Amino acid sequence: MANMTAVTPQRRLSWGTANLIVLVYAFVPVIWIISLSVKSAGTLNDGKFWPRDIAWTNYTAIFKNNDFVRALINSIGICLISTAVALVFGTMAAYAIARLDFPGKRLMVGVSLLIAMFPQIALVTPLFKIETTLGLFDTWLGLIIPYITFALPLAIYTLSAFFREIPWELEKAAKMDGATPFQAFRRVVAPLAMPGVFTTAILVFIACWNDFLFAVSLTSTSNARTVPAALSYFTGATTFEKPTGPIAAAAVIITIPVLLVVLLFQRRIVAGLTSGAVKG
Amino acid sequence: MTTTPTTPIAAEQERDALADEGLRIAQQRHSEGKKAERRLGLMLCAPAATIMLAVTGYPILYAFWLSLNRADLRTPDANKFIGIDNYVTVLSSPIWWRAVWVTVIITVVSAAFELVLGMALALVMHRTIFGRGLVRTSALVPYAIVTVVAAFSWRFAWTQSLGYLAGNSAPLTGKWSSISIIILAEIWKTVPFMALLLMAGLALVPDDLLKAASMDGASLWQRFYRITLPLMKPAILVALLFRTLDAFRIFDNIFVLTNGANETGSVSIVAYDNLIKGLNLGIGSTMAILIFIMIAIIAFIFIKLFGAAAPGAPQEGRR
Repeated sequence: MANMTAVTPQRRLSWGTANLIVLVYAFVPVIWIISLSVKSAGTLNDGKFWPRDIAWTNYTAIFKNNDFVRALINSIGICLISTAVALVFGTMAAYAIARLDFPGKRLMVGVSLLIAMFPQIALVTPLFKIETTLGLFDTWLGLIIPYITFALPLAIYTLSAFFREIPWELEKAAKMDGATPFQAFRRVVAPLAMPGVFTTAILVFIACWNDFLFAVSLTSTSNARTVPAALSYFTGATTFEKPTGPIAAAAVIITIPVLLVVLLFQRRIVAGLTSGAVKG
Repeated sequence: MTTTPTTPIAAEQERDALADEGLRIAQQRHSEGKKAERRLGLMLCAPAATIMLAVTGYPILYAFWLSLNRADLRTPDANKFIGIDNYVTVLSSPIWWRAVWVTVIITVVSAAFELVLGMALALVMHRTIFGRGLVRTSALVPYAIVTVVAAFSWRFAWTQSLGYLAGNSAPLTGKWSSISIIILAEIWKTVPFMALLLMAGLALVPDDLLKAASMDGASLWQRFYRITLPLMKPAILVALLFRTLDAFRIFDNIFVLTNGANETGSVSIVAYDNLIKGLNLGIGSTMAILIFIMIAIIAFIFIKLFGAAAPGAPQEGRR
């Protein structure tokens, strides 16, 4: 047993090495894209990992690019709306699954699981046809609808796992102490449920923010094109040459906010990502 | 006055009647409560269920119908019902089978690497003796990054003279070197997710058991192989299922890294090309249906393997 708990210098060294490997693994591709984004035009193609000088020209250029700014607005708007709607419907369904007894409950769980495993590409062709017919193609709504659909299973799984952990006896106790049902909900249940809802909101937002397949298939102009899709359409001097610097800068801009949120709420996100899948 | 019965027997009957009445009311209230609960449950689930079914169910049926038709947007006048001709066309096409093999190779290789590396990462996150918070936080970085952004990072890194990894080579111009880089990008992005799922499984392995085994002389490897692994089997299967299905749907990474050039297209890439570049809805839908069937088969095999450990299935029993 001693060999499992004693902290010898060798053990410190070997775990330190393991930790270091994890850090290098996680950060190298990120540092590389940041490094590319601040390299000046002259040193861009030097093939070095670290930049020799720092230039902000790529960033000023990218914010003067209307397609990018428009795509950024599209991404933020579409993802926020999808997240909000998925959260409202997801919370309702998750509450029912976690708390109520009703026929079709297992069916609901099963359907959510099926949608989570659904190959999105199988929907692209029919949705393309349906949306062009309905006039939804290349609009915000045309992307919001599939985003909500695929965000719902994630929201339902994560939220119902969180809801099952809430001590619901407190609600009953508050009512016995004379609280109205609404008071019991607002003062007791809502504060207990908020962390789960908040975590789920982050996970759902990231999933929408990350989508590429629908974004390239169901849009054709900057009208509804989101940043991941816009990135792949950036063109340089020639059609075949990708403008490395601006792409890197745009990539950094859409990465940093999400990264900060995830790092800030690391504990909750780990709980959220694992709760739905393992505790079921 | 009913409360002053004349005989003991009458009094007893009276009591029984009252008790029955009370029981009846309670039962009625209870079943009304049950009924209300059922109604509420169904009402709360209705919007989510409607959206999920409407946006996936109808289009997949529509895709099936389209797959039985000649539906080419470039020649709309020639559209007609042609039965299984599209399936014959796709299933006898070498392009399709090449895409299937590329997808299978990417899926199997990346899932295998992810399982091993994910387990290693999970062990570090779970067991490291210092800096645990830092390690866990950093491990989330690849998860938080948009797949397309990560793919660009790898693409630039392997671009001749531009990237720090490429030097003078141009690996993204060859088939197998491209596929290796696609797999690398896929693994980098998803090992943390795998590790998180596995770490949740690791937390279920009781420390006492490991300590007892250690005192009985079990080596580190024996403890891992004989105790940790068997106890983690459900977590491993869940993680593998999610990752296999996810890898099989691979699209973003390939689109950015090679766009399917040099025979590196997955089934999703080929289906996309048929729709957006070819505007052939019939063939595109046929591929969509075939991909749907393949995913269904993979999911079915895994769920058979799971048995009772399927996520969501035994909701009530497990708590």
